[in-house]
Amino acid sequence: MERMQQIVGRARAAFSSGRSRPLEFRIQQLKALERMVQEKEKEILAALKADLNKCGPNAYSHEILGVLGELALTMEKLPSWAAPQAVKKNLLTLRDEAYINYEPLGVVLVIGAWNYPFVLVMQPLIGAIAAGNAVVVKPSEVSENTARLVAELLPQYLDKDLYPVVTGGVPETTELLTQRFDHILYTGNTAVGKIVMAAAAKHLTPVTLELGGKSPCYIDKDCDLAVACRRITWGKYMNCGQTCIAPDYILCDPSIQSQVVENIKATLKEFYGEDVKSSPDYERIVNQRHFKRVKSLLEGQKIAHGGESDEASCFIAPTILTDVSPESKVMEEEIFGPVLPIVTVKSVDEAIEFINYREKPLALYVFSNNKQLIRRVIAETSSGGMTANDVIMHSVVPGLPFGGVGHSGMGAYHGRYSFETFSHRRACLIKDLRWEALNKLRYPPGSMEMMHLAKFFLLKQCNRSRVGQFISALLAAVKAVVAKVLCPQRKV
Amino acid sequence: MEYRMAQLKALGHFLDDKKQQILEATASDLGKAPFEAELSEILLCKNELHETLNNLSCWMKDEQVDRTLAMQLDSAFIRKDPYGVVLIIAPWNYPIHLFLVPLVGAIAAGNCVIVKPSEVSKKTERLVAEALPDYLDKDCFAVVTGGVQETTRLLENKFDYIFFTGSPPVGRVVMTAAAKHLTPVTLELGGKNPCYVSDTCDVTNVARRVAWGRFFNAGQTCIAPDYLLCTIEMQEKLLPALRKAIDDFYGPNPRESPDFGRIVSDKQFQRLRALLGSGRVAIGGQTDEAERYIAPTVLVDVQPLDPIMQEEIFGPILPIMIITNMDEAIDFINSRERPLAVYAFSSDDKVVNQVLERTSSGGFCGNDTLMHVTLPSLPFGGIGNSGLGTHHGKFSFDTFSHHRGCLKRGMGWECLNAPRYPPYSQQKFGVIRAMSKVRCKNDCTLL
Repeated sequence: MERMQQIVGRARAAFSSGRSRPLEFRIQQLKALERMVQEKEKEILAALKADLNKCGPNAYSHEILGVLGELALTMEKLPSWAAPQAVKKNLLTLRDEAYINYEPLGVVLVIGAWNYPFVLVMQPLIGAIAAGNAVVVKPSEVSENTARLVAELLPQYLDKDLYPVVTGGVPETTELLTQRFDHILYTGNTAVGKIVMAAAAKHLTPVTLELGGKSPCYIDKDCDLAVACRRITWGKYMNCGQTCIAPDYILCDPSIQSQVVENIKATLKEFYGEDVKSSPDYERIVNQRHFKRVKSLLEGQKIAHGGESDEASCFIAPTILTDVSPESKVMEEEIFGPVLPIVTVKSVDEAIEFINYREKPLALYVFSNNKQLIRRVIAETSSGGMTANDVIMHSVVPGLPFGGVGHSGMGAYHGRYSFETFSHRRACLIKDLRWEALNKLRYPPGSMEMMHLAKFFLLKQCNRSRVGQFISALLAAVKAVVAKVLCPQRKV
Repeated sequence: MEYRMAQLKALGHFLDDKKQQILEATASDLGKAPFEAELSEILLCKNELHETLNNLSCWMKDEQVDRTLAMQLDSAFIRKDPYGVVLIIAPWNYPIHLFLVPLVGAIAAGNCVIVKPSEVSKKTERLVAEALPDYLDKDCFAVVTGGVQETTRLLENKFDYIFFTGSPPVGRVVMTAAAKHLTPVTLELGGKNPCYVSDTCDVTNVARRVAWGRFFNAGQTCIAPDYLLCTIEMQEKLLPALRKAIDDFYGPNPRESPDFGRIVSDKQFQRLRALLGSGRVAIGGQTDEAERYIAPTVLVDVQPLDPIMQEEIFGPILPIMIITNMDEAIDFINSRERPLAVYAFSSDDKVVNQVLERTSSGGFCGNDTLMHVTLPSLPFGGIGNSGLGTHHGKFSFDTFSHHRGCLKRGMGWECLNAPRYPPYSQQKFGVIRAMSKVRCKNDCTLL
């Protein structure tokens, strides 16, 4: 308890000193992070390989590339993001300064996850630093090599007091959560998300929760199945299925089910060769506990492909299940493994109903040549984000917020959204001490005459035409002059 | 959109048709002056309605966003989805405004809404429960009445968003209940809003603006200036100016003024009366239990540890704390919980900016009080103990909608995707790295 108090206390004192606020400092820290990623690339890739058997190219493009991109974008845009934003004024405030000031929140806690252990601490950290905060980083203990590396590297490149790394498991995290933070960003599962939010509630700490769910993938009869299946195969089996936005299960018409299976099988061969286990590009389940969990989902299922496993190496082959019953265990929880159930539905209506019956997912996928159908699926469902005719990719568009809804999470980040998540938008109105005349409208004693004038200055006309608005503004300007002339004569 | 517009217009009719009853109910509950009631409960609400009606179609549109080079053929946009069922819990001090303004945003964003008005402002609660359902679609919008027990039970249900206005302790209870269902929340809470008055300023105008902000609604305003910070010299000048302002506003006996409100309940009255024991009464101090009247009061010789400096006052009492300079004032402000608003008065711009830059609060107003919340283009919300989330204008719409990141791709050009698929040869890896070095700025993505 004391240790956590000390760490957070030091971070808070460092924040209160004000040194994390100047833009130059923030950019300097971000540059240092960039250097760290470039100089320690080998070590980072080695840690990812040790934790998840992630091969170099995969690790590089999933974790390092994204971080470098986020750093470059943030450093370039930070001055414009951080600049005060002038806002539209009304008649009464025409002479005043009205703007939104972006300010840091204070001490932010970032709790990472084990599946993309590097990028899931780095990306939030980048946003939090950019917004001027102190940041306590808690990488996942499950991906222990990456956690250890982050704990070693960050103090070498960043301000030690402002950005401490805390390692440990459930007891340490629980202790950490008793401390007061000004924002908590948690990536992980729904159950722990509730615990984090409850702990945050004690201090009225705002939270961003990046959780998960079962991301459905609807394949319409009218689509290029070969392309669709290749894209789905890529997104499903990358990182051995341990991706929060992986297509969790497929919904399709029974008549195309076997074609889907054949296409996926063919793609799997293309990607990983005849013997998946010996492919250097195929990852492993992170640990024994998850291995057992994923394996148990196969019980009683019709395995159309795959199903092989090896406990010693936490290997589970890319697996496809067909004619899966909606009530089965594999359809209850997020799979987070290389098992792809196919549930047949007779129409897109049934698919939409199926999806809406369940908790809102983090991602939703639909494959179709029919643009109407795609529009309909989007309009009649809800999800954190979605991609049509591909998977995963909405999460890498820099201009899109990444986050969940309902059980899949709350809040969003990535790019500018990270900056805004970790900033306080402070409303600022700076008036003049003179020009008291106009203020007299609002002071007691009240009168009908004053109410009419007040209405005039404050009340927006419900006027949707440009011309109407222009005329109102013109009339208003005239009346403003008249009111100023009238006001001094009024006895207050 | 037509449905949402129709419901919003109906809300406008509610305000127009029931104006008289609203004025009467708030007068009964809070002794609210008709002028104040019309301004805060009708006018400002209509402003929100009109701002929303004028802009809804624009706000609802899918927002196109920047794409990477590799995605130029795709469509990337943010769709504004409703959350579902929203719960709005409103307090008693502005009993119409504080449910209606969030309700406007929730309807605009396409949600269904349950409104829980405060049981403390009884007449208004009854008015809302009886009259509002006649104006809105009964299937989508409902009013629930009740006290603490009923609200606790209500909070056991799953909502898709909860909007709460009230005190920090109850805010914690609401957020804890929301956590069980992973329901996002906006909490509009409160705190002690400091008001710093520098030595260089127009004392008359300062006194009027501060008095207006403090005594509006008999001080029962979450953004009212809670306490004043100034030098002893400034206090000497301010006291007569405040006396004059109070006299100008409410006459020599504010109890007889139709423009001065009353305390909402006996409990609040007792609480406030006890606070009058802090420091020394310089202006006002009279009370009448039967009417729940507390005179516009200014206290001096107040110490930081006095009871009146331990809680949000929420009444017509203004304590003055003496400091020797601006730095001391800023340190004092920063040693306490972050408030909903910080006010600074000075004819020197630099002073106002210093206070702004060196403190943190929900919002800030220089050289006036309360006014920053009348601009719908400014976000209204707290920070730390004073709240989380924002609303007003477009911020309400954004608060009550889920911003869903959407990407629509074509099925063609599969060749462009080739680099991302295994097997990963060294050559492919080389290509990825080379491309990342060239276009790192905006295109560092999986190709």
